[in-house]
Amino acid sequence: MRKSILTALAVLALSGTAFADVIKVGVVGPFSGPFAIQGKNFKAGIDAWMALNGNKVGDDEIEIVYRDVPQADPAQAKALAQELVVKEGVQYLAGFYFTPDAMAVTPLLEQANVPLVVMNAATSAIVTKSPLVVRTSFTTWQTSAPMAKVAKERGVKKVITVVSDYGPGVDSENAFKTTFTAEGGEVVDSIRMPLSTNDFSPIMQRVKDSGADAVFAFLPSGPTTLGFVKAYNDNGLAQAGIKFLAPGDLTQEADLPALGQAAEGLLTTFHYAVSHDSAENKKFVEAAHKAIGNPAELSFPAVGAYDGMHVIYKMIEATGGEQDAQKAVDAVKGMAWESPRGPVSIDPESRHITQNIYLREVAKAEDGTYYNKEIATFEKQGDPGLAAAK
Amino acid sequence: MQTVFSVGIDALAYGMVLFVISIGLSVTMGLMRVVNLAHGAFAMIGGYIASYAAQTLGFGYALAVLVAVVGTILIAIPVERFLYRRIYGAPELTQVLMTIGITFCVIGIANYVFGPTLKTIPLPETLRGPVDLGFRTIAAHKLFAIACGVVVAAALWYLIEKTSFGVKLRASVDNAAMAASLGVRTKIVYAVSFAVAVGLAAFGGIVGAELLPIEPYYALRYMVTFLVVVSVGGAGSIPGALLACLLLGAIDTTGRYLLPEYGEFFFYLAVIAIVCVFPRGLLGRSK
Repeated sequence: MRKSILTALAVLALSGTAFADVIKVGVVGPFSGPFAIQGKNFKAGIDAWMALNGNKVGDDEIEIVYRDVPQADPAQAKALAQELVVKEGVQYLAGFYFTPDAMAVTPLLEQANVPLVVMNAATSAIVTKSPLVVRTSFTTWQTSAPMAKVAKERGVKKVITVVSDYGPGVDSENAFKTTFTAEGGEVVDSIRMPLSTNDFSPIMQRVKDSGADAVFAFLPSGPTTLGFVKAYNDNGLAQAGIKFLAPGDLTQEADLPALGQAAEGLLTTFHYAVSHDSAENKKFVEAAHKAIGNPAELSFPAVGAYDGMHVIYKMIEATGGEQDAQKAVDAVKGMAWESPRGPVSIDPESRHITQNIYLREVAKAEDGTYYNKEIATFEKQGDPGLAAAK
Repeated sequence: MQTVFSVGIDALAYGMVLFVISIGLSVTMGLMRVVNLAHGAFAMIGGYIASYAAQTLGFGYALAVLVAVVGTILIAIPVERFLYRRIYGAPELTQVLMTIGITFCVIGIANYVFGPTLKTIPLPETLRGPVDLGFRTIAAHKLFAIACGVVVAAALWYLIEKTSFGVKLRASVDNAAMAASLGVRTKIVYAVSFAVAVGLAAFGGIVGAELLPIEPYYALRYMVTFLVVVSVGGAGSIPGALLACLLLGAIDTTGRYLLPEYGEFFFYLAVIAIVCVFPRGLLGRSK
């Protein structure tokens, strides 16, 4: 393997990039299977970027090569990344919806001389695994911790946390617990439920019995959030005055038409809402809607992909199309720009994105559809999870 | 005490939803001896049609349910004629391969036609929102699901045990050649039973949609649950399936209340224990 990678590198080096060239970017994500909608969003974000900024940097033409990993599958992700580097000769790796997939690829980067731009995978530790990783999405810590401050501000004293029992769920629980306890609140109980849970009534009974003023929840975007939010309403928790707090994964735009009325008034904290009011976002949403086909399917992974492409273009510009991963990554450290989600920058230390986190409320628009309405901003949030991981 | 009642009601509602969705599979597996892994796919088709009828065409709930059940049966008839008829009496492996293939096709088509997002079936005003039972509130649609379960169980039991069609069906299953020579048109009996099973699947998919939301991977996601209910209850036994659903619903719900971090451990522990003691299921017929 090592030999073949080296050969590939030698070939690349010999071929030279002084002339106009095709620079390939390998994007790995879930483009089929149960998570296909997230992969579709990656593609929409990338297409939107290229529609607005052209497919050329200097004289070099950019070509995207997609590879499909339908579900979290580290072995397959690694194999595909290797194939992209060796056979396709990509200079950049990008995408990655699931943390384990991104983690599996980090050991390859240095030898392959390829930077990795993570467009979604949201566990804090990924950026520590290789100095060639840059992330343009968010971390679960980053989006969950501000909710603890919101809870405190709104006079909530006792909270019960309910999360899906897997990596991001546990991250979310820890983020909220740590921040809320530091703010002087009390977490009365923490429930971890299996990912396959479909009837949430007994969980809601636990919440009620715990005597908490609010429930902090984390579930992955998709089918289960519907049952959870409905169970919250149907079991009378809303009437009992128990507040519902969660990071924005629970009310992602693609799920809102289904959640509908049940979600109205829910409070979530997140880095991006499709409804974000700025000229930059209007431009992005218009291009992304065109790219994705059905506007109702546009959701947060698209903005991670869009900004990821921005970062990659900057890298290509800085290296003049030469393959030099370290130089490329160094070039974007401290890079700051106006993203569709608001002002963002790449933290030079962690190579993770520093961004605003917004408090949003699910509201009804005039045309009867539901959207995430931003009502407060936490400016320039870094990733608190990195400190906790050390 | 209040909590005990409360969890009990949840268990009953969950069990009944399981029953309505799984009973069709019990009929195909127990009476027609077809391992129909595409059962969930038919439930999903029903859900999609109901969702389309109610949301896009603006039909009322009752009409949407009717259209969906009839529509699913209409889709199933050619499938039965051209695909299932070849595997009646075939070895189980053949049946499994054929029906799982059908499942994947349906998933692909649903994904292509309706997209990967969740679809909901809007409930009528009377079934929406919580109902106060005095000691707790429960979703109105759950009470509706319990009622549907009771009605379906009674009607099916009557059909199979008390009507002449039921007699013909049981005769055809036990000995098709003998039944045919006595003048039973077995092909028609099979087609009708298949239609009934598919109709029940569609109905279950719609009634259960609040708990098991409709999306393209529905057909695979809940397949194991349906199979477990049938194998624990005993294939082909209506009272057995009812008993299995109530029992498994109770175990699952209680486990989820007391020790959610153990996941489905207790559910599958109970399944293993029951299948060890009753290899044919709780009330299975001996072959």
